[in-house]
Amino acid sequence: MTTPQVQDEAKALTRQRPTPRRSSRRRRATAWRWTGILVVAATFLFPLFWMLLSSFKTSLDITDPSAMFGFEPTARNYERVLQEQNFGRFIGNSLIVGLVSTGLSLVLAVPAAYAMSRYRMHRSSGMLLLARVIPGVSLLVPWYFLFSRMGTVGTFLPLFVSHMFVTLPLITWILLSFFDGVPVELEEAGRVDGLTNIGVFWRIALPLAVPGIATASILAFVFSWNNFMFALVLSGEATRTLPVAIFNFIAYSSIDWGGLMAASVVITLPVIVIALLTQRYIVSGLTAGATKG
Amino acid sequence: MADTTVRQGSRAGGAGPLAGLSAWANRNVKWVFTAPALVFTVVMISLPVVYTVVLSFTDARGSIQRDFSFVGIDNYVEMLSTFDRFWPAVWRTVLFTGVAVTVQLVLGLAIALLLRKPFKGQGFVRVVILLPLVATPVAVAMMWLLIFEPTIGFANEFLGWFNLPAQGWISDPDQALPTLIFVDIWQWTPMVTLILLAGLSTLPEEPEEAARVDGANAWQRLVHITIPMLLPAIVAAVLIRSIDALKTFDLLYATKGRGGGSLNEAETLNILAYSLSFEYNDYGMASAVLVVFFVIIVAACLALWQIQKAGRRT
Repeated sequence: MTTPQVQDEAKALTRQRPTPRRSSRRRRATAWRWTGILVVAATFLFPLFWMLLSSFKTSLDITDPSAMFGFEPTARNYERVLQEQNFGRFIGNSLIVGLVSTGLSLVLAVPAAYAMSRYRMHRSSGMLLLARVIPGVSLLVPWYFLFSRMGTVGTFLPLFVSHMFVTLPLITWILLSFFDGVPVELEEAGRVDGLTNIGVFWRIALPLAVPGIATASILAFVFSWNNFMFALVLSGEATRTLPVAIFNFIAYSSIDWGGLMAASVVITLPVIVIALLTQRYIVSGLTAGATKG
Repeated sequence: MADTTVRQGSRAGGAGPLAGLSAWANRNVKWVFTAPALVFTVVMISLPVVYTVVLSFTDARGSIQRDFSFVGIDNYVEMLSTFDRFWPAVWRTVLFTGVAVTVQLVLGLAIALLLRKPFKGQGFVRVVILLPLVATPVAVAMMWLLIFEPTIGFANEFLGWFNLPAQGWISDPDQALPTLIFVDIWQWTPMVTLILLAGLSTLPEEPEEAARVDGANAWQRLVHITIPMLLPAIVAAVLIRSIDALKTFDLLYATKGRGGGSLNEAETLNILAYSLSFEYNDYGMASAVLVVFFVIIVAACLALWQIQKAGRRT
């Protein structure tokens, strides 16, 4: 009976009949809980904070332990990354690949998820989920063969297609569980009013699915933005995405830590801002289907 | 007169095929809606997988466009017997996944229980645990590479505060894999926490309440009531995490580069298959490794699925 959780649970009882022993126990339990919460928050926040801090340090300050927190902040790293290293272009490339692969996947996945949910097509949905299990490397060799035959390695086409391997199953999976949760009564009412099957989808199911589509699109874009492996093989000089550009940062010279951290902030900041603004959507998307058992 | 007839006729003629098409689409809406996605999946995913299986029985190497001949199971025999990088890679893959997912499950459950009841600043803490999840893995890898840098990194500075000796961390062949497991735990424990928090929010309160009235302490209630009720969410979290941990690529490749370091100290099956494909251009052997890798992933999924089925029955 001495674990913190017990006292935590006992709060309600203590409130009714406060005895000295109980209330001191309660205070101790609350203190333990707050310590735990603070440790958790600090553990997950500190490394990201350290990355941000280092991105404003000169290369001298980064190597100096006494300048850990007290240093003269400089924007030189960002200038170097954005102007000399051409990161503006890589940001544009990542943006194009993320938006196009998410958009194309939506066109294919929204009707598919609707039909799979309404007609209980377990085998078809299972096939799409297979994409979640397959190691991406096993697709790269055939894709590389195919795209080099077509003469398109180094263009955007292979990147769109390969990132759809990430975004299409994700969007289908999220929308499948979303459509499962939408009651069919409204759609039946629409049929009584003379709507065709496609009319029901277009005028009733689709407008109702907008929150689900938003969730799926946000997550799909984030996963495409973060993807490293496909662009590593299939992108060229002109189509290089941000993760590959950052990787090349350490591959070709002695490591410029300030610049590397500035580049890491540049790639991470947009997804963190998206996460802050759409927190609820992201959490519901990440846990979609996982809790239904 | 003639004019109207023609116009009517042409209208009927123009609408006919279209009306027929939309009526056909309406009758077959099930397949009209799913066919594009399924065709894409078959052409871009299933066929490449079949192609990989075919390549694993050939001696394809060098240029992918060159001719190759079938060599039966030679690649598999060589991989399992004389190829000295295969078994260590299997072992590292299993170790990485086993340790990372186990620790993630324990910590993820503990954090979920800690954050379960409302508290002041709850919104802030929930955003904070979301950050590692959405942060770009390559950037996360670079961030930890700096923190674990032996001479200028914060990790050794931190050890210095307690008069502990400096470590080599990622650059030390013996410590690289454990350090990278730590990074994976940092990045993905929040995923387990989020899934379990979602699971906890759907649990009814009555059974726990009843057990408390009956005098069960917190530990007993956790082990005998909360965890069994949470089992579907736990299995789902372990399944999702295991699939991704087995396939970890970004973190390992970004920090250790080709071959998982000079002694292959961080080379898992995925890294090995990548190296064989795009550095040695040994497509036959790479495909054989991938087939075995795929079998391991599917076996892990089926095992977890069985556990869940068994858990639901009891």
